[in-house]
Amino acid sequence: MNIGLLLIALLILAFLAPFTRRYLGNAAGWIFAIIPFMGFVWFLGLLPEINQGEIFTDRYRWLPAYGIDFSFYIDGLSVLFSLLVLGIGTFILIYAGYYMKTYPMKGRFMGYLVLFMASMVGVVVAGNLITIFVFWELTSISSYLLIGYNHEKPEARGAALQALLITGFGGLALLGGFVLMGIPYGDYELSTLFSDPEAIRSSSLYLPALILVLIGAFTKSAQFPFHFWLPGAMAAPSPVSAYLHSATMVKAGVFLLARLNPVLGGTETWYYLLSIFGVTTMFVGAWLSITQTDLKRILAYTTVSALGTLVLLIGTGTEYAINAAIVFLLVHALYKGTLFMMAGNIEKKTGTRDITKLGGLFKYMPFAAIIMVLALVSMAGIPPMLGFIGKELIYEAKSNAPDAHWFILIAGFLTNVILVFLSLRLALDVFWGKEPAYEKKPVEPNLALILGPFFLVLVSFVLGLFPSTMANPLTSQAIMAISPGMAAIKLKIWHGFNLVLGLSALTVALGIVTFKYRYKVIAFAERVNLKYFKQEFSRIFFRLIDKFLIVTKEQTKTIQHGYHRYYLMTVFVVASVLVWIQIWNADPVVLELNFSEMPLNLVAVVVLIIAATISAVVSHSRVVALIAMGVIGFGITIIFIAYSGVDLAITMVLVETLMIILAMAVLYHLPKYVKYSDTGDRMRDTLVATLVGSFMMVLVLQAGSTVVEEPISEFFKQASYTEAFGRNIVNVILVDFRALDTLGEITVIAVAALGIYSMIKLTQKNKL
Amino acid sequence: MESVILQIAARHMRPLLVILSLVVLYRGHNEPGGGFIGGLMLGAAYILFAMGFGVQKTQKSIPVSPVILTGIGLLLALASGLIAVLMGHVFMTGEWTTLFSGTSFELKLGTPLLFDLGVYFTVAGMLMLVMFSIMEE
Repeated sequence: MNIGLLLIALLILAFLAPFTRRYLGNAAGWIFAIIPFMGFVWFLGLLPEINQGEIFTDRYRWLPAYGIDFSFYIDGLSVLFSLLVLGIGTFILIYAGYYMKTYPMKGRFMGYLVLFMASMVGVVVAGNLITIFVFWELTSISSYLLIGYNHEKPEARGAALQALLITGFGGLALLGGFVLMGIPYGDYELSTLFSDPEAIRSSSLYLPALILVLIGAFTKSAQFPFHFWLPGAMAAPSPVSAYLHSATMVKAGVFLLARLNPVLGGTETWYYLLSIFGVTTMFVGAWLSITQTDLKRILAYTTVSALGTLVLLIGTGTEYAINAAIVFLLVHALYKGTLFMMAGNIEKKTGTRDITKLGGLFKYMPFAAIIMVLALVSMAGIPPMLGFIGKELIYEAKSNAPDAHWFILIAGFLTNVILVFLSLRLALDVFWGKEPAYEKKPVEPNLALILGPFFLVLVSFVLGLFPSTMANPLTSQAIMAISPGMAAIKLKIWHGFNLVLGLSALTVALGIVTFKYRYKVIAFAERVNLKYFKQEFSRIFFRLIDKFLIVTKEQTKTIQHGYHRYYLMTVFVVASVLVWIQIWNADPVVLELNFSEMPLNLVAVVVLIIAATISAVVSHSRVVALIAMGVIGFGITIIFIAYSGVDLAITMVLVETLMIILAMAVLYHLPKYVKYSDTGDRMRDTLVATLVGSFMMVLVLQAGSTVVEEPISEFFKQASYTEAFGRNIVNVILVDFRALDTLGEITVIAVAALGIYSMIKLTQKNKL
Repeated sequence: MESVILQIAARHMRPLLVILSLVVLYRGHNEPGGGFIGGLMLGAAYILFAMGFGVQKTQKSIPVSPVILTGIGLLLALASGLIAVLMGHVFMTGEWTTLFSGTSFELKLGTPLLFDLGVYFTVAGMLMLVMFSIMEE
């Protein structure tokens, strides 16, 4: 097995999924989970070699001329992320198979989930900036499909669109950043970049590249002020939220920062930008979660806060900070996946996820309650869960941050107090507390629904108990991949009495106090929000979109006005003026016109054409004008024949005939002939016609007497029979030498015909 | 408006015109003719019929609707290009084979003929599609 095969297997699974519903039924989740689980095991098997410092690479040619290849680069960071994506993904699929039981089009949903998984694995194992970008965009697209899955609901559609537009905008910036990053190297391979980071850091492109890449990462990872799409994205079904918040999508931004840290990181700009955005997001996310009552929304805001913490830690860049970032990433993925799946379970069993309408659930689902409470313990950072170790490291890192550590430490402290507060609230208010009247008696969730939360909590618990034997091997290489030269700190639960432990104790104590006075705290937060911090990001975003639509509508109205005659006039005038300028500037060409060689019969035809033209213009009857046009057409046909262009002549005869039939059919529907144009219009039209006619004439005359290169017709004459076995050169050119052009032309013809057809059919329907 | 002369003419002309269009299509490779001209003639044959008998009756007498015909034409043209890909050449390379070689019925067939057939159907389909919808009003 190799990584390419795994990705292909996942993609095939994703596209087959919609057709499997009928055959798999409720077992779908378990069967779908097989391939991700195999992938998980495979990555686990790589771990020993990875821990020896091995890096697996693989490369497929794609656009070698531009230094763009489909390549893979698997190091400790990739393995850690892949394990999360595939491991959590396995449980999510099992969970979703049962959770989505009653939804229509479950097969398609599973397909989207697998596609999401495949694209996320692609992001973390890619070894070329452009490959990363391709998978990056795939995660945006598949998350759009997943968030908007309940597409009958307007809010789901709105949230999906919002997520797509914001992350898509970020993706565009990211592509720009990647292209800039590639310029000093002439290559987009990660290995090239890692081998010489100074090349970009000392280049003048560094700042623009950094800013563009950061826009990409910050939009994806929901950093303030782009954070608002993430709480909106909880319109998705719970399996999606659980996956999106824990291991995929939002972690892609964090992953990118970690991945590019050896290249872009280490500068002051990097440090300040990441710290400022990280700290703000960390605190704002936590603060905004206080006043929420929707279980999933609370969790969504804590994710925002966690992402802020991760960005801050990567930005800080000290040994402690990087260690803390990786451990916290693991911690967060484990508890957030559990909590979202449990939120889905609670909603399924009680019909609501408003925590003010929940309470006393412990009685009904003790097992589920214990699992969720343990996940909350991890979120609060209380031993023995892994969350405790994560939080200790974070405190350590923050108190040692190079600049402004007091500010960062205080913001971090308040954030953690809020997390403790939320954990208590979610645990005590939901599982104990006052019991409301449930419509039906809630029961324990079944195996498929509880398996994922159970295992994730178990992992968090075991890693928390045996940090140095279990958690260290998982994370050490990832840490070195982020920051070469740094070592993994030996993880342990007991650090002795020090400042950090004191902070932890204070955090928990203050959390308990705030919980005790929770109604006052919430009321206070609501007052502050109302006064200073109205959360209107989402509304402002949609208003901006509306404004944008208005502008585009106006612009379209001006440019696409719908008057065919003005389109023609624009095209003709622009084309002829441009050519006239060109003719004016070109070297003068002497035209040798010899009218004496012209046979008399052709002179007669030409005179006829001119006469017919004049009569077509001045005629007051449509029929007369049409017949005159016909005379012109057939006159030209005769000229073609005279110069032995038989194919052209036949075509022309047919086209002219059909034109007349067509015109006659239309004529029947036209109103009486009225003189619509005034003299001014006619003068203008005359001018345009003269301009166009004269430019065509001059162009044709000049083309005949200017030889730039050997005419290609000689080649066609020779090659036509020997290479294409045809004596009719015109046709051989059409169907063989220039067949691709012809294919394009007939496609245009078909599309135009469909357009005419639908236009006529539509107006007919409107009339009826 | 029903004209007996037109109807009789159309009824007898149509098969002749169809055969003629096929002839023009086939001989296009070596002599004047080809898919575009043939397609126009095929379309004209049915338009003539429609002028005599009305659009609805004409459409009933055609095995496939003009829309489908256009689609078939495009697919044939595309397929003719893909045959070369299947044989390991560049897209749209002409592939030739000779049937009954050595006999007096020697017949050279190649993907350009298939391509021309695609053009033929597309043009005819397009023409009928547009004309029928205008004439139907």
